[in-house]
Amino acid sequence: MRFFRGVLLSFVMCFSWSALAQEQMTFSSALHKTRYQSLVAELRCPKCQNQNLADSSSAIAIDLREQVHQMIEQGKTDQEIIDYMVARYGSFVLYRPLHSSATFLLWYGPFILLGLGFLAFVGVVMTNRKRRGGGL
Amino acid sequence: MRKIVLFIPLVVFLLLGSLLYFQLGKDTQYMPSALVGKKLPDFALVSLQNDQVYTQSDLPKTAYLVNFWGTWCPACHLEHPFLMQLAKSGVPIVGINYKDQQALAVQWLAQKGDPYQWVLMDERGHFGVDMGVTGAPETFVVDSAGVVVYRLQGVISAENWPSIKGYMK
Repeated sequence: MRFFRGVLLSFVMCFSWSALAQEQMTFSSALHKTRYQSLVAELRCPKCQNQNLADSSSAIAIDLREQVHQMIEQGKTDQEIIDYMVARYGSFVLYRPLHSSATFLLWYGPFILLGLGFLAFVGVVMTNRKRRGGGL
Repeated sequence: MRKIVLFIPLVVFLLLGSLLYFQLGKDTQYMPSALVGKKLPDFALVSLQNDQVYTQSDLPKTAYLVNFWGTWCPACHLEHPFLMQLAKSGVPIVGINYKDQQALAVQWLAQKGDPYQWVLMDERGHFGVDMGVTGAPETFVVDSAGVVVYRLQGVISAENWPSIKGYMK
């Protein structure tokens, strides 16, 4: 029973870790808080790379969270905040990549492949039909 | 015609193979700096040694290095002797004392030597954010036109200096 409790506790600790990375912040409205939370979830930490700003406890992530908080309270729009980050850390900080010529294949590659696969499928079916004598 | 079709898997294999092969050994931590090709962002920072405020117009007119450092940063201890060597050979280095305490930084330079033309304090790291810095040490190469041409995350050393030197024009 004690072992089970230990396992459960460490499980809970694992999931609360990201909550520990957040500092106490006050927001002037519930909307600001929601916007803050979605922004720090979508911006990537430039130091740790595989974490977003919300989950990272690195010094730069703390600074940038504070920056996001300030900019929201100053009345900046989401787009302005994202542009601010991109101007400093490059499009790298976006977990959702931009639509640009560099990311074209990333966004549309799967659909192009799917289309090619479909064309190949149709082609094979057609040639098989022809070989069987052109009718059903 | 049918024989050509049989070779398609081989062609696909070769394409994918070469694509993946050339990605091997790449530095996965490497992050391009958004600042490369641009001028330094505007700043007004206080000098570490005196109370003077420095701005854009005080920067050297030749090519120089901007080095972010702090006494709290272990890798900066490793880097320091090589910065001393660079300074001795005449490379101008502007130091940014990043998120540090003034007293500790002054003490560090008194003890270990001062390789910097001047040192500016960025206590809260705001200038660091403007420069896209993620930590210390981090070094930027600014060319004689005042444009950032290179950024190095990590320690500058005898190994990587020859390639960095190439940017100092």
